[in-house]
Amino acid sequence: MTAVTVIITAAVIVLVAAAALSLVRMVAGPSALDRAVSADVMVAVVIAALATEASVNQHATTVPIMVVLALVGFTGSLSMARFVAGQDASGNWEAPKSWPEGEGPR
Amino acid sequence: MSWDAVQEVAGAVLLLLGAALCLTAALGLVRFPDIMSRMHAATKPQSLGLLFVLGGMALSLRDTRLLGLLILIAVLQLLTVPVAAHLVGRAAFRTNQLRTDLTDPDELADDLARAGFHRGSGTGDRQTDDQTDDHTPE
Repeated sequence: MTAVTVIITAAVIVLVAAAALSLVRMVAGPSALDRAVSADVMVAVVIAALATEASVNQHATTVPIMVVLALVGFTGSLSMARFVAGQDASGNWEAPKSWPEGEGPR
Repeated sequence: MSWDAVQEVAGAVLLLLGAALCLTAALGLVRFPDIMSRMHAATKPQSLGLLFVLGGMALSLRDTRLLGLLILIAVLQLLTVPVAAHLVGRAAFRTNQLRTDLTDPDELADDLARAGFHRGSGTGDRQTDDQTDDHTPE
């Protein structure tokens, strides 16, 4: 067991723990926006996991996947924030408004 | 120790540091009380952790052709995370999910109150007295 192997094993365990914790928030989040933010964190953890696997197995074939994930991985949380109705802890649903009442878009 | 071995160990250490920062982001996501502070945790350590992981990968693979793509990944991540955070924060504010007992001061609410709109504090009731207010500044 070289030092590099031990360090990379620790990094993999830490990444799994990070993914599990963001999964906890995705399940327990009281609103859809909490789940959107945890999806964003999960995409970053997936990119980190792909980079770790590429550096362990010494290949670069998954780098285009990482580029695409970094580019479009945020659209999930973005569309959820833009179009999903917000729900607070008491369970009242309210659609987000983009401009004050009584006015139109400027 | 040869220079290659030093670079390998440095790459592995950077990978571990980046993974630890991603763990910090997820830990803050679980432990912080409301959506706004969770976004603090989910954006800043996450971006820096990804930068460290990409740096560790560059040091482990030692391929100069990869460097452009890895810099591209870092730039794209740094460009998209603030956009998503801004939109999520705006949606959270407009749907009254901001806990005003944890927020001090709330300048946007003050501006909106001067314009005639009042926000609830997380209970979903939003009162707008646009019809009764005469829009004079206080």
